[in-house]
Amino acid sequence: MKTNQMNQTAVHVFLILLSAACLFPFLLLFMASITDEQSIVKDGYTLFPSRLSLDAYSYLWNQASTMARSYGITVLITIVGTFVGLLISSLLAYPLSRKDMPLRGILAFLVFFTLLFNGGLVPTYLVYTELFHMKNTLMALIVPGLLTNGFFVLLIRSFFSTSIPAAIIESAYIDGASEFKIFYRIVLPLSLPILATIGLMLTISYWNDWFNGLIYITEPKLFSIQNLLNRMLSNIQFLQQNSLGGNSSQAAAAIPMNSVRMAMAVIGILPIICIYPFFQKYFVKGLTIGAVKG
Amino acid sequence: MRQSGWSDAFKKLKRYRALFLMVLPGLIYLAVNNYLPMLGVVIAFKNIDYSHRGLFGLIYYSDWIGFKNFEYLFKTNDAMVITRNTLLYNGGFIIVNTLVAIGLAIVLNEVRNRLASRFYQSLVLLPYLISMVIVGYLVLSLLNVENGFVNKHILPMFGVDPISWYSESKYWPYILTIVNLWKNIGYFCIIYLASIIGIDHEFYEAATIDGASKWQQIRSITVPLIAPTITVMTLLGIGRIFYSDFGLFYQVPLNSGPLQSTTDVIDTYVYRGLMTLGDIGMSSAAGLYQALVGFILVLISNYVVARRDRDQALF
Repeated sequence: MKTNQMNQTAVHVFLILLSAACLFPFLLLFMASITDEQSIVKDGYTLFPSRLSLDAYSYLWNQASTMARSYGITVLITIVGTFVGLLISSLLAYPLSRKDMPLRGILAFLVFFTLLFNGGLVPTYLVYTELFHMKNTLMALIVPGLLTNGFFVLLIRSFFSTSIPAAIIESAYIDGASEFKIFYRIVLPLSLPILATIGLMLTISYWNDWFNGLIYITEPKLFSIQNLLNRMLSNIQFLQQNSLGGNSSQAAAAIPMNSVRMAMAVIGILPIICIYPFFQKYFVKGLTIGAVKG
Repeated sequence: MRQSGWSDAFKKLKRYRALFLMVLPGLIYLAVNNYLPMLGVVIAFKNIDYSHRGLFGLIYYSDWIGFKNFEYLFKTNDAMVITRNTLLYNGGFIIVNTLVAIGLAIVLNEVRNRLASRFYQSLVLLPYLISMVIVGYLVLSLLNVENGFVNKHILPMFGVDPISWYSESKYWPYILTIVNLWKNIGYFCIIYLASIIGIDHEFYEAATIDGASKWQQIRSITVPLIAPTITVMTLLGIGRIFYSDFGLFYQVPLNSGPLQSTTDVIDTYVYRGLMTLGDIGMSSAAGLYQALVGFILVLISNYVVARRDRDQALF
């Protein structure tokens, strides 16, 4: 058996180096956020700064109201978007999975065609701004592009049609259960794995979304955490100019700008990294069902 | 006959009205989010005049100008540059990502300790989980001109002067390829790993008994047996070669003007035309050009996949 395996030590050394390469930028970002401003100017960003300081975080603490607001918006759109998205995707997927559903073929094609062709950014932008007037509303962070897509619907449909025996549904119907009751009493409880997987995908895409905010939101009060980060990336003074509270009289020179940006990014990724180990299994599952069928 | 046909249809509608109600919200969403914009592609043939209000007013009252927007687009050098960049980047990404991911998946499959293997997978997959804005910050901490890790610590080791990364376009094809690889390698790797794990162990046992070396086994067993997955992933990539990861090309170069010759792709061009230049005509023409060529490429690549393996095809 020994010849069948590569040298384990070499394999581990290689993979440890590679994992370190994946992790390195995150560590650098974190160290940069706790480095003293003077030592950044002198040595640049480094893993082993000569002087540590929590100035960046205490500055952000003074801006807590801006930060908390953006965080609140991100949490709100993530919860609402994931819930509504799961609901309408599974509601659409269920009738498509029923072999006796009239017009099933046409409806499935309407869902599927959205994967092949799309109108592009300009018409989409005009639909949401000129027809639905979503510019600078919270709806713009939830509705455009993210709520559901044909791909999710088709994945849920194929789970329904392979894992839920038609006989169960039929007998429930004969026993007098309404279609809605069958859906939420029988179909949904039997489909928790796929719902968890799609729900996780939706959660991640809402948490990470900055694109809708970039094109539909110009009002800083409605920025999600990603939009705040996006704005700070191009304009380092953004937080200070738009602070809702805190000590805005603080002199610009005294603000540890080089580390504040990095500290904000750390606060932006922290929650997702903290819960990553717990949902990794579903995450991997979601990625593989998408690409390799079965 | 006709009468009973209608009444049958009516009965069916009544019997299935709950199911029709269920599909309604989803269909309305797709109509708004996907089908209305599809109809909106006529904007590319119009001279949009903002003095009219509302979506229908804008489209209905603006003048038809035929293919003028497309003429302008293809007369400039822009169309050539963004098409070239889009194709070269995405083509390069397909090749680099596939090769590295397969190599990594083969090595990961060799790890005997299950816990260690899962640990490596988690770390490699971590970059796939974060938003492109964060990636922009991570790259900035490396490439920042005054404080960046590369300019302060790596280049001095080789005695090279600091480089102002965000204004020199020639480095960006490499930078973006590396960043894209770093971000997506975990995803491609677990796809190929899933495929490798599915290979029957008896092949390897028989090969070992026959005295085949590890390298020979990889070449003659592993790679041929995951070839269907490689083909499908590659063809799916080719089907989407006209669409770029907007975040990668917008956030990572910090939307820097001097870099545009090597970082501008169709998606960033459309975005800039709409949001910063206000040139809706050119922008929507480029968008429709992308959608049409993209559509044709998806159809062709699906046709090729379907001919090889019916089950793997999208349709």
